[in-house]
Amino acid sequence: MDTTRRHALKTGGGVTLLTLLAAAGWLKPGEAAAEDWNKAAFETKSMDETMKALGGGAPATSADIIFFSTPDIAENGAVVPIGITSKIANTQSIAILVEKNPNILAAVFDIPAGTDTSLSTRIKMGQTSNVYALVKADGKYHVASKEIKVTLGGCGG
Amino acid sequence: MADPMKIRANVVGDSTEVKVLMNHEMETGQRKDAQGKTIPAWFIQNVKVTHNEKVVLNAQWGPAVAKNPFLSFKFKGGAKGDKVKITWTDNRNDTRTDEATIA
Repeated sequence: MDTTRRHALKTGGGVTLLTLLAAAGWLKPGEAAAEDWNKAAFETKSMDETMKALGGGAPATSADIIFFSTPDIAENGAVVPIGITSKIANTQSIAILVEKNPNILAAVFDIPAGTDTSLSTRIKMGQTSNVYALVKADGKYHVASKEIKVTLGGCGG
Repeated sequence: MADPMKIRANVVGDSTEVKVLMNHEMETGQRKDAQGKTIPAWFIQNVKVTHNEKVVLNAQWGPAVAKNPFLSFKFKGGAKGDKVKITWTDNRNDTRTDEATIA
């Protein structure tokens, strides 16, 4: 009899611990991924706000950030190829910002050591705008920009 | 469940080049349907690429990434036959993981 009671107590204790952990925010099934998303930064509507939300402040303009296979004129704003290479040592992340989009920030790429600091993707642009590549290297921020003319917007209704 | 990604991973010199095409609407939340109602935003928020359990790229995306997103990058190392695993999670908490063998 006694052992059963002890066993039950033990089991009960275990469950309580799990519940406590969940309540304290240690265990949040299904929410882990969403927490990695910088909501504040993605909702910014001006360049200054975006830079601030990303921790950039006033980044230095750098000639070591290069746009490749990026058009000067994009015929279709819904699909604009963007390629960015950072030649700055210890590049940790690259962000793509579109000045005249409803939300400035398009994407942030965290680059672990061993991965090339060069990547390409495709973005949407509502209208002709400057596109900024914000690079974080050694905790410092650097930026480069390029104007892309859009003849047909990608965010229209 | 979303459609599978198309992943190509090739050894180029001492690096592995990864090219991936995902299947996703990437709805911005700016567009309106025929009735004038706003179509809610629906887009991939997180993308994680791993090689042998090591993270080689971690991305956060907004709705400004183009529909059916394309991504290309390189990482050092990686041998023929190794696996590259890519996982995305969208703002509806839908997720998809696909794997490719390095060629």
